[in-house]
Amino acid sequence: MASSPKLNSKIPEGTIENKWTKYRSTVHLVNPANKRSLEILVVGSGLAGASAAASLAEMGYKVKVFCFQDSPRRAHSIAAQGGVNAAKNYQNDGDSVYRLFYDTIKGGDYRAREANVHRLAEVSGNIIDQCVAQGVPFAREYGGTLSNRSFGGTQVQRTFYAAGQTGQQLLLGAYSALQRQVGMGAVKLLARHEMMEVVTIDGKARGIIARDLVSGKLERHFGHAVLLCTGGYGNVFYLSTNAMGSIVTAAWKAHKKGAFFGNPCYTQIHPTCIPVSGDHQSKLTLMSESLRNDGRIWVPKKKDDNRKAIDIPEEERDYYLERRYPAFGNLVPRDVASRAAKERCDAGYGVGTSKMAVYLDFAANTERYGKIEATKHNLHNPSKADIIKLGKEVVKEKYGNLFDMYKQITGEDPYEVPMRIYPAVHYTMGGLWVDYNLQTTVEGLYALGEANFSDHGANRLGASALMQGLADGYFVIPYTIGDYLSEEIRTKAIPTDNEAFVKAEKDVQDRIDKLFAIKGSKSVDHFHKRLGKIMWDKCGMARNKEGLTSAITEIQQLKAEFWKDVRVTGEANEFNPELEKAHRVADFIELGELMCKDALHRNESCGGHFREEFQTAEGEALRDDDNFAYVAAWEYKGDSSFELHKEELKFENIKLAQRNYA
Amino acid sequence: MSHGNMNLTLKVWKQKNKDSKGKFETYDAKGISPDMSFLEMFDVVNEQLISSGKEPIAFDHDCREGICGMCSMYINGRPHGPKQGVTTCQLHMRSFKDGDVIVVEPWRSAAFPVIKDLAVDRSSFDRIMAAGGFVSVNTGNAKDANNILIPKPDADEAFEAAACIGCGACVAACKNASAMLFVSAKVSQLALLPQGKIEARERVLNMVAQMDEEGFGNCTNTGACEAECPKSISLENIARMNREYLVSNALSKK
Amino acid sequence: MSKGFLKSSIGKKFVMGTTGLFLISFLVVHCFINALIFFNDGGLTFNIGAHFMAKNWLIRFGEIVLFAGLIIHMVQALVLTMDNKKSRPIGYEKIDGAANSSWYSRSMGLLGTLLLMFLIIHLAHFWVKSRFTGLPGEDANGHENLYAVMQETFKQLWVVILYCLSMISLSYHLLHGFQSAFQTLGLNHAKYTPLIKKAGVAFSIIVPLIFAAMPLAMHFGMIK
Repeated sequence: MASSPKLNSKIPEGTIENKWTKYRSTVHLVNPANKRSLEILVVGSGLAGASAAASLAEMGYKVKVFCFQDSPRRAHSIAAQGGVNAAKNYQNDGDSVYRLFYDTIKGGDYRAREANVHRLAEVSGNIIDQCVAQGVPFAREYGGTLSNRSFGGTQVQRTFYAAGQTGQQLLLGAYSALQRQVGMGAVKLLARHEMMEVVTIDGKARGIIARDLVSGKLERHFGHAVLLCTGGYGNVFYLSTNAMGSIVTAAWKAHKKGAFFGNPCYTQIHPTCIPVSGDHQSKLTLMSESLRNDGRIWVPKKKDDNRKAIDIPEEERDYYLERRYPAFGNLVPRDVASRAAKERCDAGYGVGTSKMAVYLDFAANTERYGKIEATKHNLHNPSKADIIKLGKEVVKEKYGNLFDMYKQITGEDPYEVPMRIYPAVHYTMGGLWVDYNLQTTVEGLYALGEANFSDHGANRLGASALMQGLADGYFVIPYTIGDYLSEEIRTKAIPTDNEAFVKAEKDVQDRIDKLFAIKGSKSVDHFHKRLGKIMWDKCGMARNKEGLTSAITEIQQLKAEFWKDVRVTGEANEFNPELEKAHRVADFIELGELMCKDALHRNESCGGHFREEFQTAEGEALRDDDNFAYVAAWEYKGDSSFELHKEELKFENIKLAQRNYA
Repeated sequence: MSHGNMNLTLKVWKQKNKDSKGKFETYDAKGISPDMSFLEMFDVVNEQLISSGKEPIAFDHDCREGICGMCSMYINGRPHGPKQGVTTCQLHMRSFKDGDVIVVEPWRSAAFPVIKDLAVDRSSFDRIMAAGGFVSVNTGNAKDANNILIPKPDADEAFEAAACIGCGACVAACKNASAMLFVSAKVSQLALLPQGKIEARERVLNMVAQMDEEGFGNCTNTGACEAECPKSISLENIARMNREYLVSNALSKK
Repeated sequence: MSKGFLKSSIGKKFVMGTTGLFLISFLVVHCFINALIFFNDGGLTFNIGAHFMAKNWLIRFGEIVLFAGLIIHMVQALVLTMDNKKSRPIGYEKIDGAANSSWYSRSMGLLGTLLLMFLIIHLAHFWVKSRFTGLPGEDANGHENLYAVMQETFKQLWVVILYCLSMISLSYHLLHGFQSAFQTLGLNHAKYTPLIKKAGVAFSIIVPLIFAAMPLAMHFGMIK
């Protein structure tokens, strides 16, 4: 298989260890005087956006940052709990750049680009250095050194963390660097602004149309380059662990302006989320993966067992992960754990009122910890109650905040009864296709962080999203953007009365007018919920040809109905969350169709993409490396029409193998 | 569409934009489930408003898991409502009773002008951060992370201060609309760490000056901010900032 | 000190805190001298104290400083209150203050105003007489008999009630003010702050109690 001529990944020559070092030393630079006259627009202010904007401004570029929230600090990177990986080998447990590279490729089920992943592993250490220098309060040991913990899919301790709020602390670090540049006048911050369109002139990205969400006015902004750091699109499922404002709009506009969309069907479903409690639910809440260290997952052996969890005796419980995967037990990777939960619930063994949940039970380990504590305290013949009491204290210290959160949301006390959990959409590995420079197929248009497709293949390992977002922003784009901008030093700022800007703004205005003109009968959320249900049922944890085919038709019908019957209240020239949602949901509907098409064409199972037709006898994912070891990059060809381009994935350093966790 | 069997009356502040005068409107929230979050209850009310052709209530929200700091409702006389240690998005309807009348207002502060209904402009916080809430280190400047040793208690204390989500509940709760808890949390975090000490004096002077310029009130140590903070940021931070400020001022050459 | 210090929010609070602590220190002296009446010797000991306070030049100077401190404390309070009003131009419809703070910490202005009113009456009762209009006669030691003025004043029940109520105001004002001053000065420490708070509570109860005991004891003839 050869890659499509339209996809030049620009992977540098040389051995994998030397590619980045050599490239970095030879890539074209822009001299400081010229940087001052080059403008860069950064859309999104999460880890990728804030770190890129701050770094580029420090280098001397003129930067504008756009975010739809009231402050850059609210970006959804803030919600990441567990930690950030880095190949520091501080624990002396044999970690190395190569091992992080290897784990990431394997965890991604061999569907990521080797050169990008190796670069990610190489710069991972610098990220920790940079964050510490900014004052990010990582967890520490008593000797004052940094502390690490382990995470799924790896055998070393390389995860740096700040309690259960690592994402928050890293984002606030990047945000502080960004605000420093704002204070110095090097970055212009445009909060409560949403990107509505990319402006291209002669095939190059030259700016954006943004809507001031407070006044409702459309604005034209010129930039020599545009960076989309707009996160993932998990909200296409309506219910996900993403923030309400995590949307695909910016990426989708770019896609329609010529940026190819890579692997849209790769979706990560996180196994430990609080189950849906009713049709009022607006979002799902993640319970950190770390809970699986001490929680045992089970369902009753009997179908439709309506007894309370504590009334079900040990021998009538099915610890199905321990049964199916004795080697990894409850710590199998996310995709495996999620599918196993779905399998049990679909088979009728689910628990709770909805029957769409499994138990995550801390009783056994509470008792175990209690016994250890009793020994430590020299208690002889402690009563069972004493042991449980001591054990609960240990559990509280480890997971107290998560247990509190669970209790707050469900009204049940997980110290007394097992948690009920179910998988939920969490992260999207797919995104805009980018080359080694993080440039999309539109010149001057870049995608960073979760918004691009590049580093996680078909499944992302825990604690790698933060690493990638910051790597792209701090340590990749500042170098790689020089390759493009060094050619742009003669390009004067293009006045925004240029016809391309005028037309782009008119397109946006027309769409707004169209949305208001419909005056239909159903709310935007109504359509979003229906889209979510189609996607979850037919393009969720498990997919098949029949379901995907019917989903495509259903989505097309939904789209037609949306444009006939949606009701958008209020006016255009005001703060109008309903109008914002309408735009976003319209884009999600179109994306949903592409996701189903991508899932339908990929006749294999890999990572987060599980096709029921392609599984082993044991029910595990069955890859087809001969036919599908490629990135699917889709080109927009007009309404409901997408053309597939393939980028061949060459594995020159890691041998392709079946993932095995049993 | 019915979700549960609680029926409530909402008295909500409605205001078209920052220049217009607002007033309270009364809404019925019917069929509310105790498992809903407060914001999901608003979703239900808004859905009903839209289907009857009325304009929904505007409010800020994003992550809905208590960490982004975007949601901001003053509920029955308290920021983020009756439960301690949670944001509005994590407040559940089981904290209310069937038949309750709930008064919902925006954060009130000269430095937080209302944008629409319950949404306010908190960019003053960003400007305070831009005035000094950072360590001046460019990307690439850093040395190996373990070259900076930090005693665990200091790191833990800095982390606790850094847990602030910038929601502004402290300002909303304070009878003087003071932002001291917010500002002091950042001043403290960085003053406690060796990386931040280098600029500590400049930082506290600049951040406090910006805070004053934004029009926040003065702290009278009532402790309401600490009690209402969803992340339980301690008043000790305010004392630390006072100390840092007094010392920095005394030693300032300007 | 930088130029803007006194205009900064923390600077203004610093002035409140330091003048507050200064006034607290005055309370200690005032309370100690007045408590001399409990010797129950017809005011002889007390009048020695009062005489010393009236004639000593250092104390006279201190009195000026005291008034200055008091005035600064009041003016600054007024400035802060007006500032704070401006910080929230539109108030809340419903406030559940009890949920997050004590009523007296939110009512320092009111308590202070009550104390000011008391102070005016109190000064008219004693200080004006002793300093300007003159005292009625001398005691056995030949000192001005301020004690006699006290006896005379506290014969009136309404005065006793007013004094007792005012001491309740003082108690609550101190209950917040004492520890608040330490917080404002940045003196907050995991180990010492609980001690400061306890000392503050003790001070806020004991000192006003002693003051209130004076008119009560005199009125009901427990001291003669």
